[in-house]
Amino acid sequence: MSITRAMKRYSAFAIAREAMSYHQNWEEAWRSPAPKPKYDVVIVGAGGHGLATAYYLGKNYGITNVAVIEKGWLGGGNTGRNTTIIRSNYLQDPSAAIYEKARSLFEDLSQDLNYNVMFSPRGLLMLAQTHHEVRGYRRTVYANNLQGVATEWIEPKRVKELVPIINLDGPRYPVLGALYQARGGTARHDAVAWGYARACSAMGMDIIQQCEVTGIRSEGGKVVGVNTTKGAIDCGKLGLVAAGHSSVLADMAGFRLPIESLALQALVSEPIKPCMDVVVMANTVHGYMSQSDKGEMVIGGGTDGFNNYTQRGSFHHVEETVRALIETFPMISRLKMLRQWGGIVDMTGDRSPILSKTPVENLFVNCGWGTGGFKAIPGSGWAMAELMARGHSPLTEEFSMYRFREGKFIDESVAAGVAH
Amino acid sequence: MLILDCPYCGVKAEETELQAGGEAHLKRYGPGSSDEEFDGYMFMRKNPKGVHFERWRHAYGCGKWFLAARCTATLEVFGTYPAQTSAPPADLQAKIKSKRPNWEGYK
Repeated sequence: MSITRAMKRYSAFAIAREAMSYHQNWEEAWRSPAPKPKYDVVIVGAGGHGLATAYYLGKNYGITNVAVIEKGWLGGGNTGRNTTIIRSNYLQDPSAAIYEKARSLFEDLSQDLNYNVMFSPRGLLMLAQTHHEVRGYRRTVYANNLQGVATEWIEPKRVKELVPIINLDGPRYPVLGALYQARGGTARHDAVAWGYARACSAMGMDIIQQCEVTGIRSEGGKVVGVNTTKGAIDCGKLGLVAAGHSSVLADMAGFRLPIESLALQALVSEPIKPCMDVVVMANTVHGYMSQSDKGEMVIGGGTDGFNNYTQRGSFHHVEETVRALIETFPMISRLKMLRQWGGIVDMTGDRSPILSKTPVENLFVNCGWGTGGFKAIPGSGWAMAELMARGHSPLTEEFSMYRFREGKFIDESVAAGVAH
Repeated sequence: MLILDCPYCGVKAEETELQAGGEAHLKRYGPGSSDEEFDGYMFMRKNPKGVHFERWRHAYGCGKWFLAARCTATLEVFGTYPAQTSAPPADLQAKIKSKRPNWEGYK
């Protein structure tokens, strides 16, 4: 990593050094500057994807005159609201390429960023609970093996070994096997955003929080800047990386996206002793669960059906998710729910993301990650940075916003329909 | 809990008996249209943050499709109306305008 600003590295030695002054003098992880009048690149959205885009623009292409602007607080959108699952067991080749790129970057992300993102490749199971799912996941395993993504099909006996708390013989949906990705797992979602932010700031980039975009300026079909609540900012290139609010930004730029914004909810239980050291997803019954390092069972379900920007979901979806998981994990039936929250996800028709040029020149969009964007953050940033720096990227070629018109869908409704 | 009045059977329906159907008043394009027109109708969506006209089905009631005007930023429901129309009724538009003076109007 090329660091142009002095940044004290985090290390065991640093902890000892800072202990000498009672940990009162840790330097701030990133600066909070006022915006400059012009940048080479402005990224809208300081979530994981936006910050990762900025980071790889600097790291891979030496573009560091970059501002990342954020209407709320850093990592306060879906980056801080997801269930932190990382996997790459998708079906189609373009998906496998970008998700596996992301998963492989997670492997040494903590070292790369000098920030502990707590990547935990604890293993991930997608349960097959109908014969249709058995066929679907066997097909995915074959596809993954051809794509170089390490997954395997495992039988119920092995599922029980990996997940002792599971009930294999549920009355409605017995467990018939699972798609297993041993190097899938979780990471600390906030730390991913914070680590990228710290590294971006160290390269001299400006992260400007509480700065909402109110307009996008273009001249002769070319983007020239944004208007914000902190004044006008000119830019050479503009990247919209705003998840649920992408349609609002696209509207400011004068085009539409094939996206609808829906609320997706998650919840955690009260913390309990370690009982499940893998991630389990049960797509037929609409639920997935893992245990956090704090001991909470982290649970997610399906989206609401209607357009929504409120970050609040419907209660009956929480009930459906919990009901399904209790059938699969009877021991959680007595747990209390600790808290529940929602985020706004940007859904495309084929459940695949959009990393694309747009009708406005020099304006790029990265959105449509829908219910499963967290796992893709490093790969998404890597690909988006290449797209913005070079004008094309092998990882984003198939994810154009024009693929719908051309009928070139990347159908991941099976891999991404519920699972995250 | 989202509650909509079904304009056909008059029932106050809560969302578990309703099915959301996405954006309303789509102008359909078929054979003979340009790629852009078909793309716009089939895939592109307004997805506004604010006033949204949308289709709903009273799935576990009378089973019929109807339309609703709703705010996606507050979840406020402005009203519902039968589906046999190509634009929102004038009185409903006036009601929305009185509640949302900055609303640009139905486009």
